[in-house]
Amino acid sequence: MSNIPVSAFLALALILFCIGLYGALTKRNTVIVLISIELMLNAVNINLVTFSKYGPAPSINGQVFALFAIAVAAAEAAVGLAILIALYRNRKTVNIDEMNQLKH
Amino acid sequence: MEIAWLIPLFPLLSFLVLLLAGRRLKEASAAAGILLTLASLALSVYVLIERLSGPTFKAEAVWLTIGDLQLTAGFEVNQLNALMLVIVSLVSFLVHIYSKGYMHGDERFPVYYAYLGLFTFSMLGLVLSPNLLQTYIFWELVGLGSFLLIGFYFYKESAKHAAMKAFIMTRIGDVGLLIGMILLFWETGSFEYDEIFAAVRGGELSGTMITLTAILIFVGAVGKSGQFPLHTWLPDAMEGPTPVSALIHAATMVAAGVYLVAATFPLFAASEAAMMTVAIIGAFTAIFAASIGLVQTDIKRVLAYSTVSQLGYMMLALGSAGYVAGVFHLMTHAFFKALLFLAAGSVIHAVHTQDIEKMGGLWKKLRFTGPLFLIGTLAISGVPLFSGFFSKDEILIAAWEHGNTTLFWLAVIAAFFTAFYMFRLFFMVFMGEARSHHKAVHESPGSMVWPMAVLGILAIFAGYVNTPWFGTFLGDWLVEGNSALGHGHVEGPAWIMIVATSVSLAGILLAYLIYGKRAISRDGLITSVPLTYNVLKNKYYIDELYHYTFVYGAKAVSLFLRFIELFLVEGIMKTVAALVQTLGKTGSKIQSGQVQTYGAIAFAGLAVLMLIFALTGGYL
Repeated sequence: MSNIPVSAFLALALILFCIGLYGALTKRNTVIVLISIELMLNAVNINLVTFSKYGPAPSINGQVFALFAIAVAAAEAAVGLAILIALYRNRKTVNIDEMNQLKH
Repeated sequence: MEIAWLIPLFPLLSFLVLLLAGRRLKEASAAAGILLTLASLALSVYVLIERLSGPTFKAEAVWLTIGDLQLTAGFEVNQLNALMLVIVSLVSFLVHIYSKGYMHGDERFPVYYAYLGLFTFSMLGLVLSPNLLQTYIFWELVGLGSFLLIGFYFYKESAKHAAMKAFIMTRIGDVGLLIGMILLFWETGSFEYDEIFAAVRGGELSGTMITLTAILIFVGAVGKSGQFPLHTWLPDAMEGPTPVSALIHAATMVAAGVYLVAATFPLFAASEAAMMTVAIIGAFTAIFAASIGLVQTDIKRVLAYSTVSQLGYMMLALGSAGYVAGVFHLMTHAFFKALLFLAAGSVIHAVHTQDIEKMGGLWKKLRFTGPLFLIGTLAISGVPLFSGFFSKDEILIAAWEHGNTTLFWLAVIAAFFTAFYMFRLFFMVFMGEARSHHKAVHESPGSMVWPMAVLGILAIFAGYVNTPWFGTFLGDWLVEGNSALGHGHVEGPAWIMIVATSVSLAGILLAYLIYGKRAISRDGLITSVPLTYNVLKNKYYIDELYHYTFVYGAKAVSLFLRFIELFLVEGIMKTVAALVQTLGKTGSKIQSGQVQTYGAIAFAGLAVLMLIFALTGGYL
């Protein structure tokens, strides 16, 4: 396991982040957008863990931070989905491009 | 004399009381005004009597300290000031009494008395001032008082315009005074009259500077005293109530200009050119205004032009080194002209018109006003034994002795004109048949007759304080202890008195022949010189000239500036506003509510930042 270069982890995180970003910016279904955001969060988590293990000053902090992020992300997903359901009940839609009430 | 500073405070108190409680006092305001002015008068007389034997009194306190400079305020009682105090407070007191009858029933009766108080306060403050700065402050206050009084009937369009005209015209003169004052301060480092005169005596000022400052101060006097070319406001100021004309345009405000020149006389005396300017302007104004007075048909306007003309006389006297003659005429004129104005007010009160063409035959109906008006007319015409005779004689002698032969003859002709138009006025108003039907012409109430009677007595006897026959008491006293003011009495050739008397009698005779006996046809005269008549009737078209030059000029400038404002200033402002607005609109269009667009833009922005960071290495 120690012969896998750091760049591979980072590349994985990058790819994951880009997929997430692409999904978040392009998908119309809000559920998919939320899932994409989760992908981006997880890409960040991979980064955190990678630098925690192979960074210039390795320590357990990064891994603990990743656990926090996962917990917070779970809460965020729960709240996000709850808001989405409330929205759906009002607007009868989950399409993100129709949710444009907050504008000038 | 230590209490002289109280004199102006009584009218000020009257002003404040009537301002606060006038509504409740109604016509009782008159009593408050009269009593407080009486206090001023009593105190002024006391101060004058004390000054007759005592020395000049001056008290000052530091008012402002600016760096090393200390500005003082205080009061001074010298001969001229003491005399002016009595003249001003006396005429003001009589006008206060007279107004009780004249203004009876006016809706704004208390306001009128309040304004009278303010005006009297300013005028008394002016004559007590020991320095130029204080003089200037009261000078402007006097202007304000006259503005309020001339525009008292402000609901009349003409009165409103007259008040504005008076204010603006005198303001033009005031600018000259202000500049002269600042120049004097710059040169001598003081506003004090005494220090300025000391500097002039000591030769600290160059000759040019003396001439310049003297002429600039004279410009201020020209504005206030209605001298040519700033005289046009004075006849228009007749729009005010008639007692106001008696107060402002006979005894006080217009005399302020003459007073200023007299108070700064040592400065003028040091410059031959300045003296010449004063004399020429004075003589020209005297004959110029007198000639206009020949054909006017409004009783108050005739008197207004005669005032302008008489003020010209005073200026001529001062310009001819006749300090005593000028101040003497200022005093006698204050009495007989106030009398004439009050009598004219009484006539207007009786017949409710100012047009002398519509009067006539009032001698029998106005038992008191008629003889009193005649006294004033005789006095102003310079008929021997009346006060105007002595003072006018002094002026003519001063002009002759100073070597201004041309100006002397101008003054003689003006004296002829004066006698003529004053008796023309008298004959048209009081003699002959009534040319228009007036119902119930009655004599004015006692409150109006008594002040006139007092002035009538003064108009006859005021001249005897300074005569070549019974001693020149006033003249000797005025110049006592101050050689810069010239001699108390100037001996002149005896023929001057004879000439003066004969021209005034000739003027009266001519007026009698035309208007009294009608031996010479008026219409024939008018048609024989139609051009002259029209020019005089239209006051030499001076008003029109000013209208087409200065008024239109000012309007053109204002129009031009308005266009600058409209197109340049507002243009820039509107462009900036439009730019910001467009920016805001574009910005708000980006805000579409599409969260994904926001995200994309934010990410693109981040990418650009990263790119810049990568390319520059973080060091911009």
